[in-house]
Formats: sequence, structure tokens, C-alpha cells
Amino acid sequence: MATELMRVDHLDKYYGDWQALHNINFSIHEGEVIALVGPSGSGKSTLIRTLNGLEPYQKGTITFEGKKVTPDKVSWQKLRQEIGMVFQSYDLFPNLTVMGNILLGPTKVQKRDEGEVKAEAQKLLERFELADQADAYPRQLSGGQKQRIAIIRALVMHPKLMLFDEVTASLDPEMVRGVLNIMQELAKKDHMTMIIVTHELTFAAKVADQVLFLEDGRLRETTSAKQFFTNPQTDRAKEFLASMDY
Amino acid sequence: MSWSVIVQSLPTFEKALWVTIWMSAVGIALAALVGLIVSLAEYFRVPVLRQVLTVYAEVARNTPLLLQLFFLYYAFPVLGWKMSATACGIVGLTFLGGAYMADGFTGGFEGVSKTQIESGKALGMSDWQLARYVVFPQGLALSVPAFAANVIFLIKETSIFSVVAIPELTNTALDLIGLYYRSNEYLLVLVLAYAVILIPVILFLDWLERRVRHGAFGN
Repeated sequence: MATELMRVDHLDKYYGDWQALHNINFSIHEGEVIALVGPSGSGKSTLIRTLNGLEPYQKGTITFEGKKVTPDKVSWQKLRQEIGMVFQSYDLFPNLTVMGNILLGPTKVQKRDEGEVKAEAQKLLERFELADQADAYPRQLSGGQKQRIAIIRALVMHPKLMLFDEVTASLDPEMVRGVLNIMQELAKKDHMTMIIVTHELTFAAKVADQVLFLEDGRLRETTSAKQFFTNPQTDRAKEFLASMDY
Repeated sequence: MSWSVIVQSLPTFEKALWVTIWMSAVGIALAALVGLIVSLAEYFRVPVLRQVLTVYAEVARNTPLLLQLFFLYYAFPVLGWKMSATACGIVGLTFLGGAYMADGFTGGFEGVSKTQIESGKALGMSDWQLARYVVFPQGLALSVPAFAANVIFLIKETSIFSVVAIPELTNTALDLIGLYYRSNEYLLVLVLAYAVILIPVILFLDWLERRVRHGAFGN
């Protein structure tokens, strides 16, 4: 059994009086891929954003590599170097070139050698068929290219865990494939540990080991992907799959 | 309208033009500096300093420059602090402009999108790194239009300097009118003199705005 990388216990989150997440429990092991699915407004994004400290939580614990996370600013700042995140709105820094975007984290935050990071970045760009774009500015790129670069920008930090928050949701349909292919490759070839919020159920069924089905801020089902997509246990999940034409 | 009156007044107006230009330049540069300091104190939420500077900005924005100059020129000497008229003008313009500039910069910093800030955070950036690499480059670019409006506003405000007898353009025109009663001629020259300063400034600021926006956001 692989080692447990992150574990969430009894996590509650409130926005004011309104409870967004109810008693969330799950864990992810090294090399595992979790798909976080559920209807809109179920709290998927909120949950994934609490996992790297972008959203505070009021109760419960997050454990990363066996250590309980102290939920303060400085510990999250450090942890975020180990937990990469890619967002729906491919937010590259518009004033920097592609290479500038990729180098920023490793050289300024991690203080790594620029030449070394650059060589690594170049390799990643080549691998994802973006080698020609190193000196381009984000405005010159398509949404799909930007999103793939956002993924590289996170990868070059050498994260132990990658979080993907609906990364294909605002892409044109023909751009979606390229981004999903990268994620699939990361899962299968690199054995990257990933948590993916997605509406692409076919994709989720292909790459995920485990599925967390979230509804109304509650985890209704936590099962293997195979089980979830072939034989969901709850009526809620069945309805959801039917409504997504899966 | 007599052309000879106009021509004869030109050397006097030229001197006044330079007074307006250099006092505007120095006052605006200092105002931008003060504005940056105030907006940084606000951005980093520096305790105490931030509150003090907020009070300053409220006072500066909500009182007329005319009154500020009267205070500097007539009231401060009573308190034992005497400044030359020129110094009063510069200090007054800085005092007033600093508050407006601060508003412009703060508006720019606040205009940087939340998703950009989260992208920076997700890379593990500290508050300072976030400011240095994400918020300031984009926020300063966003504040250029406000900065440009303030520059033009402050150049025009120098006309108030006439109340403390600084020999800038407006004061010179009013003096000449008082001496020779040729209002039409001198007012015409006065308008043209401001146009000579403001039109190039406006063109330059327009260019700057487009350039910076393109550099930072590509549109």
C-alpha cells in the first residue's frame, strides 16, 4: 500500500452562518487520482480550495505527509509549494512571457537556480508541444495553450499533490481534449497524485482511482471509480449520473 | 484686441510659463511619491501609520487648495514655521495631490483580479512576493488613467498659487490686467499658455496609458 499523502478529517466549513461543507472525511495516497464530482453548487470547488488553504475551514483537520496542518498563513504558504493548483480561469500573469510565468515560482519562491529550472521548463514545454511558445505572452495564446502552461507552471514546482479545479470548464470544446490528455498522462505515466474537480465524467472514469461524490456540501459517496461509474450506491449518485447523460 | 499688447506681454508670460511648469513638475513628482507611500501603507495594512495617513488623505481631499495655501502661508508663520511662497506652493500641491494619487494607486491595486492573486498564492508566494510580482506590476498599470487625470488636475490647480503671489501664469495674467486693463488680450494669452503645457502632457499621458496597458495586459 502506498503511503498516505493527505488526509481530511471531520472538516466543516461555514460562510457566515451557512455551512458549505459538512463533516468531510477522505484520504489520498501517493500516486492516487481522486475525482471530485457532483452537481453545481455542491461545494466541490470550495472543498478543493480548502485543501491548499485558499479557503479557511472552521472545524476538522487536514493532515499532509503525516503532519497536521496548522491552518495559518505562513504554514499554508510553505505547503503550497508542495501542493500545485490549476484553476478554471487559466490565470497566467499577463505581464510575463510564458517562460517568465513558469520561472517565477521556482526561482523567486523556491530560490532554485534559474538555468536549471529553465532547462526543466523547456523540457516540459517540449513534452506538451509548446516549445515554440516560450517567449510568447499569454495574450498571444489560445485558452487551451494557456491552461497547459498553467499546468506546467504548477508542475515545475515539483509538487507532491496537484489540485485541478474545473480546469476545462471554460475552454472551447476543441481545446478540452489537449488539456485532459496532459492530465491523463500525468496520472498514468508520472503517477502524479491528483485531485480533480470535473464535469467530464468519461474522463474521470478513465483516470480516477477513487470518486468523491459531493452534494449539498456532504460527501454522499466515497468509492472506487469503477464502482461509482458502474454501480453507484446512492440514489443521488444515480440521478446525478443520469442527469449528466453518463 | 491689440496684437502689440499680446506680443509685448509674451516675455513676461514665458517666465511665468516656466514657473508653472517647474512647480507642477516638482509638486506632481512629490505628490506621486506621497501617494505611493500612502497606498502602500494601505495595501500592507501597516498599523497606526495607515490610520494616520487615512486622516491626512481625508483632510487633504476634503479641503480646498486655496485654504491649504492660506494655512501654509498665513497661519503656519504664527505657529513659528515660516516658508517662502514657492515652498508653500510646492508643499500645498504635494499635500493635495498626494491624497488624490494615493486613491489612484489604491484603486489600481484593488483592481487586480482575485484569480490573479490566487494564482500567485497557489505558487506559494509570500505577501511581499505577491505584491512585488503580481499586484504591483498590474496594479500600477491599472492606475495609469487615474494618475493621468491627477496630473492634469494638479497642473490646473497651480493657478491657485496666485493667492500667495507666486509669479506663475494666472498670477501674472491677473497682475498684467490690474496694471493695464487689457483683460481680453491677457486672458487669451493665459488660455494659450495653459494649452501649451497641457496639450503635450495629455498626448504623452495618452501614449503612456496605451503603452502600459499593452505591456501589462496586451490590449
